Amino acid sequence: MKNTDFVVRFAGEGGQGVVTSADGFASANAQVGYHVQTFSTFPSQIRGGPVWTQTRISTEPIRSSGDDLDVLVAFNEYAYNEHKSEIREGGVIIFDSGTFELEGVENSFGMAFDDLARSTGNARAANMVVMGALAYLVEIDQSILEQFVTKRFTRGRPNDQEIIESNIKALTLGRIEAENSGFMIGQMADAIPPEGEQVLINGNVALSLGAMAAGIDVYVGYPISPATPILLFMENNLPGPGKFAYQSTSEIESITSIIGAAFAGKKAMTATAGPGFTLMGEGIGLAWMAEIPVVVVDVQRGGPSTGLPTKTEQSDLLTALYPGHGDMQMPVIAPGTVEECFVAGHRAFAWAERYQGPVVVLSEHMLSERNQNIPKPDLSKVNSENRSVYTGTNGYQRYDGWELSPMPIPGNPGSYVANGSEHDGMGDTTHLADRHIQMTNRRFSKLKLLEDGTYESQNTDASIVLMPWGGSKGSGLSAYEELAEEGVDLGWYYTMYLSPLPPKLLEELRTKDLVLVPELNYMGQFASVLRSQGVKAEAITQYTGLPFKVRELASRIRDRVGTQQKESVTA
Amino acid sequence: MTSKNPEYDFKWCPGCGDFGVRRALETAISRRTVEMEVAPENNVIIAGIGCSGNMVHLLEGDQPYGFHGIHGRSLPIAMGAKMGNPDLNVVVVAGDGDFLGIGLEHISPQAARNLNITAIVMDNGVYGLTKGQSSPTTDLGAVTSSTPYGKTEDKLHPFKMYLSLGVSFVSSTMSSQVRQMSTIMSEAMDHPGFSIVHIQSPCTEYNNTFELLKGNVRKGIPGLAYDIPEDHDDADWDAAFDIASNDGIPLGVLYRDTTRPTLDQRIDEVSEKVKAKSVASLLDSYAI
Repeated sequence: MKNTDFVVRFAGEGGQGVVTSADGFASANAQVGYHVQTFSTFPSQIRGGPVWTQTRISTEPIRSSGDDLDVLVAFNEYAYNEHKSEIREGGVIIFDSGTFELEGVENSFGMAFDDLARSTGNARAANMVVMGALAYLVEIDQSILEQFVTKRFTRGRPNDQEIIESNIKALTLGRIEAENSGFMIGQMADAIPPEGEQVLINGNVALSLGAMAAGIDVYVGYPISPATPILLFMENNLPGPGKFAYQSTSEIESITSIIGAAFAGKKAMTATAGPGFTLMGEGIGLAWMAEIPVVVVDVQRGGPSTGLPTKTEQSDLLTALYPGHGDMQMPVIAPGTVEECFVAGHRAFAWAERYQGPVVVLSEHMLSERNQNIPKPDLSKVNSENRSVYTGTNGYQRYDGWELSPMPIPGNPGSYVANGSEHDGMGDTTHLADRHIQMTNRRFSKLKLLEDGTYESQNTDASIVLMPWGGSKGSGLSAYEELAEEGVDLGWYYTMYLSPLPPKLLEELRTKDLVLVPELNYMGQFASVLRSQGVKAEAITQYTGLPFKVRELASRIRDRVGTQQKESVTA
Repeated sequence: MTSKNPEYDFKWCPGCGDFGVRRALETAISRRTVEMEVAPENNVIIAGIGCSGNMVHLLEGDQPYGFHGIHGRSLPIAMGAKMGNPDLNVVVVAGDGDFLGIGLEHISPQAARNLNITAIVMDNGVYGLTKGQSSPTTDLGAVTSSTPYGKTEDKLHPFKMYLSLGVSFVSSTMSSQVRQMSTIMSEAMDHPGFSIVHIQSPCTEYNNTFELLKGNVRKGIPGLAYDIPEDHDDADWDAAFDIASNDGIPLGVLYRDTTRPTLDQRIDEVSEKVKAKSVASLLDSYAI
């Protein structure tokens, strides 16, 4: 039987081509119709330090980066020692014999990555040597990689042909080394190309494209891992008539300047990570209070403080919901896949413009860096929304009443004071109790306009259900299916609209005996949010800086379901 | 209470310098309405927190748009508003605490960008709204509620700082000179770039410097304020810095550089160089 799934990890040091190998291998295989997904993790430094990336290739759509390694490519001895325990039985290690020797390890073979590359006349082709060897191990035709090389290096430069030839030579050298080793992983089944056009993008790009599809006018951001690529995307792609992107001097400047732009009528967004998001707290409160539509993206990393800047964690949910002081609650959309990052990008704008206030998008490091093939988003299905604009004469009471009202735009009649202090109908500061009651109710009642979030569910009759959020969706869904196949009576719920939750979903969750929430944090943040809304929720936590492995997660769910069932029998 | 809104209950103290500043600002805005035919709603007044921040509610007459934001952040809010719509006349009103204390970090980048807005700074050398704490422009050694044994920080010198940071229009005036203030405000609003109108606006409650500024012949107080000589060339940065380095409070325009492009012009220049990209074409660029 042919393999339908292949997982390879590249481990070494920053600057050795670990990332380009993973991305290149993914791109090449995506071109012939395999499903691909990459994962990368690295220390917060430019050169050196342990880096590893992983590429998974499959004939089926991919949900997570893969539990066990078919092949480990070790660029140095440290990498081998760190990762050897994750190689599956029958898996193979390719090590760089130019750097170290691995003696007495049966399932391994060495080749000198750099020396082989240099022998082609192109010292930069070491990753091609590796890719050639990999293709041989899973019997993927080398022509697939050759096509990829030709496409990538046809750049209209005089030496294109030379570079293409040396890279192809490098592929061949790698293949010969693998052939001589005598190892095979087993043939990879032919690709089943997905129907419809596909794009290969990561979560940060998907989110940025979603924002552009919604009609973003202004982007202001400050560099911070792992959100910097959104700033770079916007700087490169947003400028045009009436549209601009700008690098600020701090996250405080980012949030307050997009508030100013949104006040002036623009669709505006910023993106940051935990530390920057914390700095934005007061500004987000201002947008809530003054009723200014803005989108704030938090690409979560490990926290608190500087924490783990280049690792993945889902520990910003509580701060996303309550980023500032006082009575306020953010609408929060937390995409769980690259595809959903695109959706979150435009839904966040729809929500912000609709209820005239700030909306938080919670992405994650693992999504931001994940390159994956997804169906090309259908732009005709993006329902972009614009705010309700006041078109009357001067003398308008902008904040009058208990619910949403049209927003005047400076330059047009309808002058008012956008105010972060408690205010009356025209926006003047007030301390009257009746006003504070009216305005507080007004601000919270607007959240009802956002109860159109969708959700997924399976086996809804079960009394114990699984409900991961964000990037844990993929591993969660695979674990759910594994358990369902075993006959475990478990239900499945998922939504990216965490606040406000779709009302019908909340209603269903409240009828369950136990809602298990896998999440990557210590506190069990989403479980506690659900409990505060009357759901019997319990978290399954992990805080390693890495995503859940399907097998480990399934085992923890299985154990917990078992205990619960025993308890209910005893009762 | 204002004539337009009986519910609004904030008051400046009797004799507060900010009354004069308000009168000058109202005059400057209505001058734009009358002389330049700029509709009142084309003006946006952006305030932070402090006594000065209430300017947005207390303005009588033509009503501009207002933004009463958070402490220290009026400059970046103003940047967003101005860049969102470069046709707006955007004016920041701030106190010395708001502008030079918590908000100090925002002056330098706007000077470097030459953001085309006007900042009106009401300097009373004290935090008034929180009842008399020391501010960056409080004198060294001064006893205030927060420096009971004397202030241990040197006094900040705003004019030397503005000039060093590259603010392209630097002016100085005082709250009792309503006509001069409003003239300078109009010039500042007309200035293509980042303009600051720094006003000595004494706090009658916690730091009454009226007499020190204007002097009192009977008491033998010479008065710190003096008119900048008419022959001062305000295009000459070194001359401006000399004035700023002298003792006393100069009244008038110290420096004016109309040659630097404004932020909106800079962004326009960039935008003209690049071809606007559609989402559809960007998506295509990631096609497999």
